[in-house]
Amino acid sequence: MREVEAIIERYGAERRHVIAILQDIQAQFHYLPREALLEVAARVRIPMIDLYSIATFYNGFSLIPRGEHVIRVCLGTACHLKGGTRLVEALERELGVRQGEMTSDGQFSFETVRCVGACALAPLVLIDGRYYPKMTQRKLTQVLARLRRARPAAEIAR
Amino acid sequence: MKIRTLEQLRALAEELRAARDHRPCVRVCGGTGCRARGSEEVLARFKTLLQETGLAEAVDVKFTGCHGLCERGPLVSLAPQEVFYQGVEADDVRAIVTETLARGTVIERLLAQDPVTGKHARREQEIPFYRRQHRLVLRFNGILDPTDIREYIAVGGYQALGTALTHLTPEEVIEIIERSGLRGRGGAGFPTGKKWRMARAAPGSRKYVICNGDEGDPGAFMDRSVLEGNPHSVIEGMIIGAYAIGAAQGIIYVREEYPLAVRTLEIALAQARDYGFLGEEIFDSAFSFDIEIVRGAGAFVAGEETALIAAVEGRVSEPRQRPPYPVHRGVWGYPTVINNVETWANVPLIIERGPEWFASLGTATSKGTKIFSLVGKVMNTGLVEIPMGMTLRELIEEIGGGAPPPREIKAVQIGGPSGGCLPKALFDLPIDYESLTEAGAMMGSGGLIVMDDRTCMVDVARYFMDFLRDESCGKCLPCREGTNRMYELLTAICEGRATESDLELLEELAHVVKETSLCGLGQTAPNPVLTTLRYFRPEYEAHIRERRCPAGVCKALIRYVINAERCTGCLACLQPCPQQAISGQLKQPHVISEERCIKCGICYEVCQFGAVEIV
Amino acid sequence: MTRLSINGIEVDLEQGTTLLEAAQHLGIEIPTLCFHPGLSAYGACRLCVVELGDGRLVSACTYPVQEGLRVRTHSPRVLRARRMLIELLLSICPSSKRIQDLAAEHQVERVRFSVRDERCILCGLCVRMCAEQMMAHAIGFVNRGYRRRITTPFDLTSDVCRRCGGCLYICPVCELRCQGPEAPSVVCGSCVTPAPTCPPVYGDLACYMGAAGECGTCVREPPPDPRSSDLRRRRESV
Repeated sequence: MREVEAIIERYGAERRHVIAILQDIQAQFHYLPREALLEVAARVRIPMIDLYSIATFYNGFSLIPRGEHVIRVCLGTACHLKGGTRLVEALERELGVRQGEMTSDGQFSFETVRCVGACALAPLVLIDGRYYPKMTQRKLTQVLARLRRARPAAEIAR
Repeated sequence: MKIRTLEQLRALAEELRAARDHRPCVRVCGGTGCRARGSEEVLARFKTLLQETGLAEAVDVKFTGCHGLCERGPLVSLAPQEVFYQGVEADDVRAIVTETLARGTVIERLLAQDPVTGKHARREQEIPFYRRQHRLVLRFNGILDPTDIREYIAVGGYQALGTALTHLTPEEVIEIIERSGLRGRGGAGFPTGKKWRMARAAPGSRKYVICNGDEGDPGAFMDRSVLEGNPHSVIEGMIIGAYAIGAAQGIIYVREEYPLAVRTLEIALAQARDYGFLGEEIFDSAFSFDIEIVRGAGAFVAGEETALIAAVEGRVSEPRQRPPYPVHRGVWGYPTVINNVETWANVPLIIERGPEWFASLGTATSKGTKIFSLVGKVMNTGLVEIPMGMTLRELIEEIGGGAPPPREIKAVQIGGPSGGCLPKALFDLPIDYESLTEAGAMMGSGGLIVMDDRTCMVDVARYFMDFLRDESCGKCLPCREGTNRMYELLTAICEGRATESDLELLEELAHVVKETSLCGLGQTAPNPVLTTLRYFRPEYEAHIRERRCPAGVCKALIRYVINAERCTGCLACLQPCPQQAISGQLKQPHVISEERCIKCGICYEVCQFGAVEIV
Repeated sequence: MTRLSINGIEVDLEQGTTLLEAAQHLGIEIPTLCFHPGLSAYGACRLCVVELGDGRLVSACTYPVQEGLRVRTHSPRVLRARRMLIELLLSICPSSKRIQDLAAEHQVERVRFSVRDERCILCGLCVRMCAEQMMAHAIGFVNRGYRRRITTPFDLTSDVCRRCGGCLYICPVCELRCQGPEAPSVVCGSCVTPAPTCPPVYGDLACYMGAAGECGTCVREPPPDPRSSDLRRRRESV
């Protein structure tokens, strides 16, 4: 895979760079494709199981593709105290999937994160990298509806 | 241009100050909290309007690091008028430009207002939140543009480094840090000078310094604000430390959840190299040193120093038992000093102003200041820097402003998942390493979460245990299995299924996990359980004996009921209910069906008349 | 040479010796599960914890000897800790004879946690065997924390596994449990009679702990006759 090769060249094919290499692959593909992992293991010459251990150990890596819209609910302490768990439950109800999963139409994947460092705005939800401060269950429903409605336009654009 | 001597640096600083001082300046807070609230649009609007009104040549506009009063963001401060505006939206910018910048008039509605007297505060120092702080490490947040090294140089930056390399031997630097009494700000509070001395004495010529920017405690964002707001203070501290112990290579380990900090650091490092503060023969001495950034991939345990070393080496973040300590055998087996972001940021200050000055702040055993992130159920949430020894009460009530009425504060959680919950009765404790440890909590990295009477302490313990069992690396049995079992027991308590013997088992297990776990994560994981048991046992007992949650939080033990007297029959709660559990006619009191209710709380959120009650 | 004391006995040992080796040198038995002399020490099961002079409990298999160290291998805190660890192990893996034996040796007679009946305690011996001895690197740890397990990459059949059986050989728990009289119950212990830990460890010498009765074994009531119906009833209730 050409992109993977370029990423490996950027850091050097050494064991100590594997985490950075995987991070760049994750950023590029939004997950870690199996072919990419096999290639990295071969080029850096580390046992595949070691690389697989690393890929499954850290929160920043995903082995399954992410949805079109990535929803992250912050469950830091301040957000938890201000109702973060209720938002998670609301999303599970609305999307029909549990945290860490993706909806069957590939539109939404949703995960929880532990503190993005904006505690004054609790409870916080990030959608596609954008911050939604002081979120409520009602507002969440509205945002989801808006994203769902916007989909047809995106398909036309493609 | 490379700076080769201290004189050259001082001359440059003079030159830059002369050019910049007295120049009107608009500083928009670029901390994540303010950005999330739109400070990027505010900055953009300032740039556009200054162009429009022809003021762009005369007035500087820039982003600064997190200014601390996150509750009231976006924050904008103006120099030299010394006006401090809060809650600034993009639409307010026009008024600021035409009135305050052009005519010098102050816009009252954007000023901080005392909730009791109603008086407006024009200057930052007049606001109680800031007045009682002692901002040293944070002194340039809100003033400097972190992406321009010249601003740091203009205020005296890198002169401490110049002094160290020109006038002090490495031994003398270590001695100064020892005399200052600086202790690690990451949580454990190990004497920094002692750590450096041990690393210097370790055999071998290849050594490393590492900055631990993993800041994994949920609710803590101090280190992030320092890295984003004044990265050069950390870089300068690391260079001085590397000189002291004889390291040629440094690493800043930053968690991947902080992409802005990574970008800001990359810019700062490149600029430091340009000016010769990093690289070969710094300040014309024999000392050469450079720093690389390593991004964390997402694991709370990576904040533990041996786990961090594993991550840097390209392995999973599994800790190992110590000894050997990193100062003897660290990254790749070489002596390594690992210090927290805030610890490094204190170093240039100590060299600049002297160890006696630093030791004059704080208490007998805890010197200097500490940055805290004050969050939770308190009026003024944000970042504060206070001298060690201030009481919890002063911090929470005078600076934090107490709880928003009608709620009352019940407890404060300090030290993140490794720390503990202290009750209101202990709020006269001074904030220092020893007092907090004795009370069963821990200074930790500085996360302080205020809790009120609607916080269930059992739920809090359960929350932390859920976090810890998820973040445990899984290597050792007591932590991996023990945190999971503690979570199971706490869940049973919260769901009203537990017995007295479950409580005994929880406590017994907590002690064994604390004593036998391999690393700091497991060893401190039971703290939230043990402190809540120690200070809030009646809440546990209510859950077990009466199947009641006094704070009204644990879903299995509460009900949502509509108070017929307060209900106006407005129908607002009927439609949003996901279970269609509410019935009622217009202008008739509504009723929640208990069988259908899933206690999601949406009706509680929606009702404008406070008619939905939790019993 | 480094001088330290173990259970009050002073001993001189070479630098780099672990506390476990030091104890073995003196004939003191410390229970282990994840340790094997042919593989690197891991320090994960924590059964081998010993108490240091400053009160800390550390795993003996990974702790190097130090000048002036005072070590107690069977202090009350150590024994209490071992019992709880064994109770946790039983709740994960009650079908292991090795863990049943440990339970019997340490007077663990009840399991208060919900039982999961798995086949792996994540001691990592198989992973180290495969990597260090067989150099195959076919299996390893995936995930983290309570979700951790041992498997091949992507859970696929391995193409580097040579079917050597080393992992089966070294595993302390994947042995078939004896089908003795108490087979279905969570705590069995039938074939190892619960007895005070003193005699097997210290022989007929005076108690090294110097504080008779502190460890709780020699002043306990004698263990009940395993054939008594009273005990059978008690076991059934677990």
